[in-house]
Amino acid sequence: MEILTPFFTLGAYLSLTLGLIVITFYLERKLAAFVQDRLGPMEVGWYGILQPVADLLKLLQKEDIVPTQADRKLFLLAPLIIFPFILAGLAVLPLTPTFQASGTSIGVFFLLAIVSIDVLGLLMAGWASNSKFPLYGAMRAVAQIVSYEVPLGLSVLCVVMISQTLDLRLIGLQQGLYTPEANYLVGIKALGVEVTHIGGILSWNIVRMPFLFITFIIFYIASLAECNRAPFDIPEGESEIIGGFHTEYSGFRFALFFLAEYAMMVLVCLLGVILFLGAWNTPLPNIGNVKLADWTTGQLGTWYGNTMAIFWLASKTILLLALQVIIRWTYPRLRVDQLMHLCWKVLTPILLFILLLCGVWRLWMV
Amino acid sequence: MREKGANSNYWGSLLEGIQTTIGGLKLTLKHLWEARKQKPAHYVNQEDYFDFNKGIVTLQYPFETLPIPDNGRYRLYNEIDDCIVCDKCAKICPVNCIDIEAIKATEEIGKTSDGTPKRLYAAKFDIDMAKCCYCGLCTTVCPTECLTMTKVYDYSEEQVEDMNYHFSDLSPEEALEKMNLLELFLKEKEEAKKKAATEKKAATTSPTTKKKLVFKPKVKKSEEQVENKEQQTTEETANKVAKAKPKFRPKVKTKSTEEEKKATDVSSEEPSSKAKPKFRPKIKTKQPKEIEAQKEEEKEQPEKATKPKFRPKIKTKTPKKDDDKQPPENL
Repeated sequence: MEILTPFFTLGAYLSLTLGLIVITFYLERKLAAFVQDRLGPMEVGWYGILQPVADLLKLLQKEDIVPTQADRKLFLLAPLIIFPFILAGLAVLPLTPTFQASGTSIGVFFLLAIVSIDVLGLLMAGWASNSKFPLYGAMRAVAQIVSYEVPLGLSVLCVVMISQTLDLRLIGLQQGLYTPEANYLVGIKALGVEVTHIGGILSWNIVRMPFLFITFIIFYIASLAECNRAPFDIPEGESEIIGGFHTEYSGFRFALFFLAEYAMMVLVCLLGVILFLGAWNTPLPNIGNVKLADWTTGQLGTWYGNTMAIFWLASKTILLLALQVIIRWTYPRLRVDQLMHLCWKVLTPILLFILLLCGVWRLWMV
Repeated sequence: MREKGANSNYWGSLLEGIQTTIGGLKLTLKHLWEARKQKPAHYVNQEDYFDFNKGIVTLQYPFETLPIPDNGRYRLYNEIDDCIVCDKCAKICPVNCIDIEAIKATEEIGKTSDGTPKRLYAAKFDIDMAKCCYCGLCTTVCPTECLTMTKVYDYSEEQVEDMNYHFSDLSPEEALEKMNLLELFLKEKEEAKKKAATEKKAATTSPTTKKKLVFKPKVKKSEEQVENKEQQTTEETANKVAKAKPKFRPKVKTKSTEEEKKATDVSSEEPSSKAKPKFRPKIKTKQPKEIEAQKEEEKEQPEKATKPKFRPKIKTKTPKKDDDKQPPENL
């Protein structure tokens, strides 16, 4: 059984990720349709619920074309590189308080580092295609992702300053009933209102340090840019450069890019939930004798506790994913200079200020 | 502050950016919320048509359809029982999509529902809806109003031949039978005329000899009539085939012309020799080189003589001069 544990863990992570990806596929089509006063897929299964399966089957059936002038080795390798690194990033995310693939104490640091390698795959794909638009797309992707690492890193740093740890499991635990240290209302000890046993939304990071809500919004914007989602889909802007780095790809390899893109979305949303929105903890607080938080949390390590943890984590993540989709159908694509303006002149200064504030807040918390 | 772009400084544009961003998201969420409702498949003449201006507008077409007005004018339909095969529709059709073949009946076949007597069979009444331009002229000229446009508008087919609708109620065998009847009828009419004419003549000339003649031909003619019928039917079929043939004949002719051309080409080898000169220059251009090469070889073979040693050298240099050694010469 000891030998089988890694496989079980891998299976659990893959199934959760793929499950969330498939849900996002479906959400993407359905929400897009509803926002545009349409119905969306209705034919494949009940209300088109099997549409993601049909889409994937279609992609797998297609011919795997490699352009003659492309750098064959790199071209074939590039899509295979991206997905494993995103999966490696997922490994440090705790799914429940007691279930984590890698219990490393520098989880956040590792995550930010490994996810950046994703750029390598994009650059490889764009370069190996030996075509104008993929190359443009790859260049744009690199420029965008590198610059958006800065606000993303700073926003994560804000949380790390408040939590005083790089361990994602500990960050999650601090935002719930089983916190190792006492939680106070809006984090300030001097107020004297202890919320450790009330739990719920009051112990989430965005309430423990209210300015972290702004940080969360900035983190969300930066994560949109990080996974090339609209309105920051400059690297693959269809109207400008066809498909960006994946223009020349088809069939199974295109499906891999597609999968990696959605896995990236799932990853940043999971990270956002764990860092800001109370990880796997319930949003319902204990009110007097009505122990909503206790009931919806369960005991640590029990089946009920783990199931509730997965439920809360997944539902919060799906909410963020749905918001990503709605945002895609709301805002037009930014110009490159607008993107840089937003990143360097707006988000970064605000984050630097909040970072300073977080330092002060931490002093008030203990 | 409300005016767009009024504050194009840092804080002003930042504030405006946040406001418009939230405004946009509100609009999207409003539509998402209204997607609970579905616009019903009402036609514009229904009173509440304009009340449904929110929610999903999609109509799942094959399962749901908008109602069609009662006087919708789409696919043509011919009520063949009421048709007198007057051919007016075929004549007025601007795109010639109606194809009619009429056979005269020997007597009145019946009456249409409005009392018009029918005297023609429709051996063929085809309307090719793939050609139809829906002008409706045929329905206006139709004297018995048997040709109408129906409300059916979704009748696409996989084969374009299936767009050709056949309205004739006669089978080909029946049509042939009617045709034979007509022929027989005409023949009898003809015979009756001839008979009348001969009787007139017989009345003027001696009756005895011609009475005998009258009887004998009758028998013969009755036999001949049968034979004639058969012959005529065969001739008709032959004529039909013959009518069909001209379509093929041009093809045959083109083939024959080609064959003729080939034949002429083959038969007259002199023109073919005219074609050869085109190749000959090429061969000639190659030939000199080959000849030169051969000459060189020939000269190299007897090279052991002193003089040829210089000649091949010069010759080998001359082509090189043309290619590479022009600049050194210029220098």
